[in-house]
Amino acid sequence: MKSKFVFNKQLLIPLAAIVALAIFNLIMDPSFFKITLGTNSAGHPVLSGYLITILDYGSELAILAIGMTLVTAASGGQDISVGANIAIVGSVILRVLCGTNSRPETLQAPIIVAFLVACVVAMLFGAFNGILVAYFNIQPMVATLILFTAGRSIAAWINNNELPIINEPSFGYFGGYIPGIAIPTPVFITIICVIVIMLVLKFTTLGLYTQSVGINEKSSRLNGINPQMIKFMTFVILGLCVAVAGLIKVSRLSTINYSVIAKDIEMDAILAVALGGNALSGGKFNMAASILGAYVIQFLTTTLYKMQVNSEALSAYKAVVVIILVVLSAPIVRDKLKKFMEKFKKKEVA
Amino acid sequence: MLRPFAQKIVIQAIDVERGEFVKENAVLELHGIYKVFPGVKALQNVDFTLREGEIHALMGENGAGKSTLIKVITGVYEKESGSIFLKGHDSEVNIHSPQDAQNLGISTVYQEITLCPNLTVAENMFIGRTKGALTNWKKMNEQADKILKSLDIDVRANQQLATCSLAIQQMVAIARAVDMDCKVLILDEPTSSLDDSEVKKLFGLMRDLKAKGVGIIFVTHFLDQVYEVCDKITVLRDGRLVGEYDISALPRVELVSKMLGKELDDLSDIKGDKTEVKSDGSAPVFEAKDLQSNAGIKPFDFYIRKGEVNGFTGLLGSGRSECVRALFGADRVIGGTVKKNGKVIKISKPIDAMKQGIAYLPEDRKVDGIIGDLSVRENIILAAQVLRGMFKPFSKADTYKLADEYIKLLDIKTASADTPIKSLSGGNQQKVIVARWLLMHPEYLILDEPTRGIDVGTKVDIQKLALKLAGEGMSITFISSETDEMLRTCSRLIVMRDRKVVGELTGDELTQSSIMRTIAGGDDGREDGNEE
Repeated sequence: MKSKFVFNKQLLIPLAAIVALAIFNLIMDPSFFKITLGTNSAGHPVLSGYLITILDYGSELAILAIGMTLVTAASGGQDISVGANIAIVGSVILRVLCGTNSRPETLQAPIIVAFLVACVVAMLFGAFNGILVAYFNIQPMVATLILFTAGRSIAAWINNNELPIINEPSFGYFGGYIPGIAIPTPVFITIICVIVIMLVLKFTTLGLYTQSVGINEKSSRLNGINPQMIKFMTFVILGLCVAVAGLIKVSRLSTINYSVIAKDIEMDAILAVALGGNALSGGKFNMAASILGAYVIQFLTTTLYKMQVNSEALSAYKAVVVIILVVLSAPIVRDKLKKFMEKFKKKEVA
Repeated sequence: MLRPFAQKIVIQAIDVERGEFVKENAVLELHGIYKVFPGVKALQNVDFTLREGEIHALMGENGAGKSTLIKVITGVYEKESGSIFLKGHDSEVNIHSPQDAQNLGISTVYQEITLCPNLTVAENMFIGRTKGALTNWKKMNEQADKILKSLDIDVRANQQLATCSLAIQQMVAIARAVDMDCKVLILDEPTSSLDDSEVKKLFGLMRDLKAKGVGIIFVTHFLDQVYEVCDKITVLRDGRLVGEYDISALPRVELVSKMLGKELDDLSDIKGDKTEVKSDGSAPVFEAKDLQSNAGIKPFDFYIRKGEVNGFTGLLGSGRSECVRALFGADRVIGGTVKKNGKVIKISKPIDAMKQGIAYLPEDRKVDGIIGDLSVRENIILAAQVLRGMFKPFSKADTYKLADEYIKLLDIKTASADTPIKSLSGGNQQKVIVARWLLMHPEYLILDEPTRGIDVGTKVDIQKLALKLAGEGMSITFISSETDEMLRTCSRLIVMRDRKVVGELTGDELTQSSIMRTIAGGDDGREDGNEE
């Protein structure tokens, strides 16, 4: 009975990965887990330590994983344009805040306005992807390839290829610390996003519909669901996630580099979904597992940095670990493990 | 010679040659097979013997273990214990994968055609079997043509498979199997999507193969077909072997009672109470005029009264399903009007119909019915949930309550409400879909082939249920390929031919022969008019 519980729960794969990484760090250097309360350059108290780094820098990925999970479930494909869309969002935010001047003394508009504009823009681009996928029946990866290719150029074009810099400190709060609070703001933003999506999944039928559409579109339609609308919606929701992640990203730097910002983050977001044990071909999903998957990736990255792995070699190391995780979370391997555990259990009883 | 007991559209033209295959040259022998799934003993101590040049029917209700046994033979499942012997092998053979089975000369053709529709016939026949990377296309096509010709299958090797009829596709699948030098051919419900003339062709092919010494295991739900083409019958029930019988020694009634494990009260019961839920001349609940959809049916008129059971009948492809699909908005409606209680309503998509109280159980359970990976519970509440709206989800506790209620009500055999529906047997899946629509409390329930591919017991259950619901005031349209089933349930039959409504039968006209005559038509009676 216990072994059944262990292997049927999707959450266990990312959790086990985190535990494994934690044990590894514990053996290599227990100071990995040290959290210290210090002050930053502005004299405000801040917590620092590798665990804080993981929670902080895993935020964007976790938020994107939410949208990517829904897109994957409903359409059976992935959106590879999220990185490029973050560049667009960041560019839009900076453009609204800076106006025509790329180095403004004061902000030209309230940050909330800039963020709301960014949300609208991101959802529009999400809708663009959504329309191509849902109504024109184009494969998600092909449909989103368009913005993947064009997005960073569009981002540069929004600011006339200038690199605006914002000096206003309050803009840095979203990617850094709010004075007086020692925990990084992205952590709070992520918590809010997670709570929102959990509430949405609890108080609407979005979860049931997306899974239904992902598993059997024809049958879903005959049950009164509008599959096209559901697919379209998931892309718009992902757009919203992109807007939030984009705000954090530009806030961290107070500026933007169009070709580097959020580079390859789409692949990590897709990986987070896969590490959560969700089928990339759509259908059933587990949101919490995807979000945990995002933190597994960040945990891994931070661990490798800590081990002072050369930044060029980093990807190769990461790949090795990812292979292990993906293979372990594959249903075939899980079944085998389950059987193995059952046999083991039987022997124990006998 | 056995005469068919229940009347049906049977092909009597071909003389059935039932040879004496008492020679004990078995090609396949199974001894004491056990197979266990979590919570279910699927097979318990099952023996099975197939002889050379024999067509052997494997019969049983859903959940009896037919599919499991076949999957053990074909290596899809691994048996827990027991042994399998094959001719030409001195000792027990081990079959661990479908590939193993194929290499040992065991070929299978499944109910659902598992070929690639966008490849040509020849490609389908040789796919996965060419050695090396190079293909000699010309040779392949020639060889395919030769095989097709020898089996008398009317198709060209370079034709795209999707352009062939279902029957031809099925036969190509068989041709592929046969060409693999098979000694054992397993046909799992090969006839469920074929019409009579196609079945006739298939049987011809089976007899040819039998003459060549191939042992054929034939799984079907059609009793007539069993008695027409088979030599032996093995009956399974609840995962156990009931027995192996010579076809001539087992009358149909006994077969059914052996399958059900009880005397035939139930079946004869329902046959007896010929439904006199007659239309009382009251105004129709739903009414359609000149309704037409993009699925290619001619405009048709239709009405149904409260508490009435009517049905569409006609040959496969005559447009029965298309009519009800148009009523439900499943296909795009391109003309005509629908009225509910005299008021015009607009139905352009399924949700519109559902809001008007129409429920539709689709013909193809696998493609249009179930949501495979979702649980039985989620499948049951789906339609009712959609009707409630996106922002009013049932609480989890409610869904369990509703699901459990209907699991009990319809006697759905499932390990729990959380079992994925795809792991249930066909009949139980169908009951889940029925539960889904009943939960919606429809005024008008359309059952399109609700009994196809499911066992005798469930068939009767569903027929009874339809009559019971009608008795409670629900209007029901019942569509079935089996006319005796229609005669048992419907008080009015709408007859279709070539995508057109050609007649309506009520009262005394409701007999096999008048249906046949109406289907066949006067001047252009097709070859299917095999009346008794």
